[in-house]
Amino acid sequence: MHALRHIRLGDWLTLLSGGVCVVWLMLSLWSGELADKAVIRSGGKIFREVPLSRDQKIEVPGPLGISLILIQHRKVRIASDPSPRQYCVRQGWLEHAGEIALCLPNQVSVELLGSHKRYDSLNY
Amino acid sequence: MTSTTIKLDTTAEDHHVARMAAVALGLTVLEAAIPSPLPGVKPGLANIVTLIVLARYGWRTAAWVSLLRVFAGSLLFGNFLTPGFFLSLSGALLSLLVLACAQHLPSRWFGPVSLSIYAAFAHIAGQMAIVYLWLIPHVGIAYLIPIFAATALVFGTVNGLIAARFMDNEKTTYPLIK
Repeated sequence: MHALRHIRLGDWLTLLSGGVCVVWLMLSLWSGELADKAVIRSGGKIFREVPLSRDQKIEVPGPLGISLILIQHRKVRIASDPSPRQYCVRQGWLEHAGEIALCLPNQVSVELLGSHKRYDSLNY
Repeated sequence: MTSTTIKLDTTAEDHHVARMAAVALGLTVLEAAIPSPLPGVKPGLANIVTLIVLARYGWRTAAWVSLLRVFAGSLLFGNFLTPGFFLSLSGALLSLLVLACAQHLPSRWFGPVSLSIYAAFAHIAGQMAIVYLWLIPHVGIAYLIPIFAATALVFGTVNGLIAARFMDNEKTTYPLIK
């Protein structure tokens, strides 16, 4: 090919890394559904539904005390919780639809939802 | 009453920048006529001019040509200070920024094709930043990013090849660059 002689070694590297970049973007942005909103429950009832577009802190009361939920850069985490074992706090940031953090002792949960709900489980 | 004429002192370099910007502008108008499946997916032919100017006259001149093209183009299309204008401006600014760094890559290994690809990716990144931060702050636009990235890669490569081609034999076949 006549045009190919203009492509030098580094250009091939650039092309390759560009291709890898595009494939990675496709895999990461087209596979897992991104979350739109967070549903916060307290004692089994929906406490609030909040969009992820605005960064904010939300205090949710439970039987043990206040759980603090943090929304930042379209991600959600439970920042602090009065539960003894701190499982939900240690779970860290949630960003994909369907992810959920539960603080059972304090009966607080936060679940991420996308445009449509995926299955929790399937039975035959 | 005497009529006064305002005369701007222009240098040969000014004329040169204006001429190159006019070529870029012509290519912009040309590609506006090409139907596009998605707003933002277009070849960016004017970047060929930016690349050639960058290689021959340095970054400063390339920045002049590119930004003049954005401003004059927006006046021509009547979208000065509209969102469309800011989209082109942010794309042009970010790709100029990236070119400022990328031009220092060793030219033995990295030719116009690399520069063009980097500039194309920077262009779309600048535009997506404006779209997300200002126009559509919704996570849904993330679905379009792979399409834009793939387009940037393809058109970046093609534009780079065209620019390399022109730089090969520009003295004989490309009289606009003297």
